[in-house]
Parts: sequence; structure tokens; C-alpha cells
Amino acid sequence: MNTVSVRIPMPLRSYTRGADEIMVDAATVRQALELLGTQHEGILDRVLDPSGELRQFVNIFVGARNVQVLDGLATPLAKGDVISIIPAVAGGRHDRSRPMAC
Amino acid sequence: MTVRLPRNLRHALEAWAREDYPQEACGVLIGRQTGTEVAISDVVRGRNLNTERAPDRFELDPQDLLRAEERALSLGLDVVGIWHTHPDHPARPSETDRAHAWEAWIYLIVPVRKDEVGEPRAWRLNRNGFAEKELKS
Repeated sequence: MNTVSVRIPMPLRSYTRGADEIMVDAATVRQALELLGTQHEGILDRVLDPSGELRQFVNIFVGARNVQVLDGLATPLAKGDVISIIPAVAGGRHDRSRPMAC
Repeated sequence: MTVRLPRNLRHALEAWAREDYPQEACGVLIGRQTGTEVAISDVVRGRNLNTERAPDRFELDPQDLLRAEERALSLGLDVVGIWHTHPDHPARPSETDRAHAWEAWIYLIVPVRKDEVGEPRAWRLNRNGFAEKELKS
């Protein structure tokens, strides 16, 4: 087990009583997230889907690297690693039929 | 709730909106939320990964958001929201915006036409949808 920190983005801090960083002892990213979920009810459902996989609208980084290019949720952790939960951000005007009125 | 956007930062957003027109531009708002005010103190330009539909969609590069989070942390601040442009469209959130939005963040929308950048508007998602927030400089 290694002590790592999990950075919580503002949209998920309602689950951590406002805390922006949570420390956990974990060997993998999955374990770290599950421990986070144990400590802070409800947050895991925003990160993982019912089958336990990463939700489409969430990215997880270890340091500067997206776990998608590592070993996914099985990515091993070293002492002092920083896990960042990064919300996927998208949108756009989409409807092109309405005229602009600014 | 009031959102404060200093004039110089607004000018930066306007310049990026013009440069990227007719594509949608997007990025990150850095600042601090205290009580009922969100004070924006830095704006970051991000990459729009949705190159196929860039005129009417955006997908912020998550690496850019990570960098903005780190920048905010180094300044003792927070990522407090997202900005993006609506080319040839009002500064109102679309259904696409709503479907992808996160609560607690401010969404600043900058309307832009070929020759003009309009008034930006600030929005925040709650349980009933987007609510507009007062925007001051």
C-alpha cells in the first residue's frame, strides 16, 4: 500500500464536504477510488459506472498521464502519487437554426 | 450570486473568440468563490478536440483542464468554471451544453459573429437547469 492523494474537482466537492484533496492508502487507481467512495458516500457513482468501469464523462490522471494510456483503473500507484479526477468538458451551440440575438 | 470578470480578461476572451471564429473556442476559468461571489482572476485557452464539428460543438482537451487545475493550485486558487463561444448564436446554454454540464462550475458563454463579439453571459447548473448569474467587471 502507498499513500497517495486524490484531487477532487469543484463539481464533486459536495461529496467531500468541500475538501479538495483526500489521502488514501492504495496499490492501484481502482483501489484508491473505491477507498475514496468508502470515505465519501456518493462520489464513486459519479466516477465509475454500475459495472465498475470509468464513466464516459470522467478522466483520471496519475500525475500528468491519463490512465487511458497507462493500465486504466489497474494502473499501479507509488507512494506520493497524485490522482486527479478531471471532469470531461463538452458542449456547444449545436442548434444552428436559431438566429443570433446578442 | 455574482460573477466578476475583470475587463482585461474579458478582452482576452473576446480576442480568442475572434481568432477561432467560426469555430467554437473553449477554455477554463480560474479564480475564487467566496460566499455569493465568484471572482475570476485568470482565463486559460484550451484546445477544442471536436475538430469534426468545431463550428457548433466543443470538447475541451482534458490535459488542458489538468494543467489549469495545477496552475490554479499553484496560485492558491481554483478552477471555478468553463468558458466557450457560440459562433453566430446567442449566449444561452444549448441542450448540448446542459447535457454535459457539471454543477458548481460557472459556464461563461461568449457570442461571436464575423465582425462582432457580443456580451458574455454567465450560467450555473442547478437541479432545474441553467440559471443565469449576474456578470460584473
